[in-house]
Amino acid sequence: MDSSGLGVRRAVGFVAPALLLIGIFLVFPALWTLYIGITNYQLTGAAAANPQVVGLDNLVEAVRDPLFTNSVWLTALFVLFSAVIGQNVLGFLLAWLLRSVSPWLRRTTEGLVLLSWILPSTVVAFLWFAVLSRDTGTLGLLLGQPETSWLVQYPMTSLIVFNIWRGTAFSMLLYTSSLAAVPPSQLETARLVGASGWQTVRDVVFPHIRGHVLTNTLLISLWTANDFTPFLLTSGGPNHQSEVLPVLIYRQALEGGQLGYASAMSMLLLVGNLAIALVYLRLLRRRA
Amino acid sequence: MGRTKVFGLLVACGLLAGCLGQTQSGDQARNADAKEITLTIVANAAVGGKNARGANWIQNWVIPRFTEVQKAKGVTATIKFEQNGTGDEDFKTKVALDLKTGGGGDIIEIDGIWLGEFAQAGQIKPLDEVVGDTGWDGWNQIPEAVQGLGEFDGKRYGVPMGTDGRVLFYNRKLFAQAGLPADWQPKSWQDVLDAGAKLKSLQGVTPIQLNAGSAMGEATTMQGVLPALAGTGRPVYENGKWQGDSAQVKDVLALYRKIYGGGLGDPVLQQEANGRQRSFTLFSENKIGVLLESDYFWRSVVEPKNGVAAMADRDAAVGWALVPAREPKAGVGGQDFVSMSGGGVRVINPNTQYPRQAWEFMQFLNSAEAVKESLAGTAQLTQRQDVNDQVLGGDPMLSFIAEKVLPITRYRPGLADYPKVSAALQQATADVVSGESPDDVARAYREALVKAVGEQNVG
Repeated sequence: MDSSGLGVRRAVGFVAPALLLIGIFLVFPALWTLYIGITNYQLTGAAAANPQVVGLDNLVEAVRDPLFTNSVWLTALFVLFSAVIGQNVLGFLLAWLLRSVSPWLRRTTEGLVLLSWILPSTVVAFLWFAVLSRDTGTLGLLLGQPETSWLVQYPMTSLIVFNIWRGTAFSMLLYTSSLAAVPPSQLETARLVGASGWQTVRDVVFPHIRGHVLTNTLLISLWTANDFTPFLLTSGGPNHQSEVLPVLIYRQALEGGQLGYASAMSMLLLVGNLAIALVYLRLLRRRA
Repeated sequence: MGRTKVFGLLVACGLLAGCLGQTQSGDQARNADAKEITLTIVANAAVGGKNARGANWIQNWVIPRFTEVQKAKGVTATIKFEQNGTGDEDFKTKVALDLKTGGGGDIIEIDGIWLGEFAQAGQIKPLDEVVGDTGWDGWNQIPEAVQGLGEFDGKRYGVPMGTDGRVLFYNRKLFAQAGLPADWQPKSWQDVLDAGAKLKSLQGVTPIQLNAGSAMGEATTMQGVLPALAGTGRPVYENGKWQGDSAQVKDVLALYRKIYGGGLGDPVLQQEANGRQRSFTLFSENKIGVLLESDYFWRSVVEPKNGVAAMADRDAAVGWALVPAREPKAGVGGQDFVSMSGGGVRVINPNTQYPRQAWEFMQFLNSAEAVKESLAGTAQLTQRQDVNDQVLGGDPMLSFIAEKVLPITRYRPGLADYPKVSAALQQATADVVSGESPDDVARAYREALVKAVGEQNVG
């Protein structure tokens, strides 16, 4: 039972500081959000001085709000195309293809991919502005379409491409290390029996890294669903066309001043995150 | 573990009970005799950036002078200037968060239209509650209408920083190329659209910039919807009700439709994150023909030396005209021409450590000498009549505002609900610009309005 020999009292003493921090920075804000979510609390105006408890009204209103449903749909698209498909597939392809190239090419490519992951968001946003803006944007000049304002005319596509570029590094790293766990003898056998590249991946590699795929997909889905960088690029515009949930919540809370309403929406986002996590955990367990 | 959980819950409950809607009050004479004081002034102005002239003035004139004045009285004053250079909405959010958490500067420059919300939230308080006696000879110099910018619900909250007026600015060079008169004064909306149609023939020129959409924020309402609405004869707030999907609102939306659906305006620009700033740059590069703005545009945007989109040939190239009503006599009060005005207000933070000294600083900022110095040789409609009498004569544009625009202008209703109505109007223009029909948009606008202010307040 007490394998470390500390005794209950001392064990509690050791974990207490960590639990206290978790309590202050995780549990308390979450409870606080739940509480604000049932009030009509606002940033300014009369409801800022005397907030009233309105019960579940905020949740009901959110579910009926076309802006909210629009936002849920956009978030789903964003997660599906940029994370589940984009980062996953590109990350795996990079990891798979870079195994067999010369070390300097592998390191250079990995370095560049990593760079896009570790640069600060604001810096990256400015770079992408320079690429996608109208008249003097790099992309417009390259394609001979300087009058196209990519972030305004193709907001979601731009965000999805951006997020694939931004986040692929993680998937690449994870798959690189998981591929090392595939026994070389099995790959060699596959080669000898004349399996094609795709057959090898499907029948030899995938069964070995299935757990990694699920873990990776879970992590990048949650990160992408909660990612705020889209705000730096499009601020949710034009006219709500790229307003993913974190952006909607921010705009409702701080630009619209509706702190109570926005908190209720964050709670729905939290519930969504938990649902995604549960599905993945189920899949993982079934594998085991 | 159980104990920690209980503790966490206790902390949570304690804070929950105390934090929402907290209010504070204090002794107005606290620290009145302090020998060492620190005051911070906050403005949406930055040296070398937004509102650079005001920032230079605070940094290089106000702070050294006021420190000297205090030193002569044996007080060591440290005056800090917190500079900002961001969009008005972001600045407002920042100030609201500062005040909400009991922080923020001692003197804060805000837009007069935010006064109602901040006051209702208890984030700012009537001036006499904050500093005590507010007697000051300067009040006599500030006209009643301008003082009203610093009042809410009949109480004085701050000292206004002047006022402004809105006109149509146009590029004389482009007008000459399009065969339009150098001295232009449209008499109706149709006149403006006709001029736009002629400007359309010029390569690479956007004929008309009428702000639209939520990205431009209050600039859409103030430099777009409200002047247009005033031109239909019915102000946005009348007899205790906000205008819903009335014929007048539909007229305004139809005007937007004509401009942005008919190739007279650039719909993409309205939706860009930095559209307003970009419209200024385009105007200064002779790529926009007509633009509705306040005299701020003349003073701080295309101003040849310090403007954010400076035009070296401003005086020759930029013309101005009154904003016409839909047709002659169709404007509010049967007017032929209309305008809207607003202005900034300086307020004192109720949480200041030095209320009396903050009030003294406020008087200093609004003294005739300081106000005149703030203009740095240029002209502006300041809060003080004595200063205006001296400086406006030198600038034809500002004299025009004082003589022709102020007599016909209107102010926004200083109500806490106004920002919500404004946001609904912005959304309505955004929808029209992105191609929806004015009738559908008007209906959606009414629904948004009812949700924001309640059915009983919509007319």
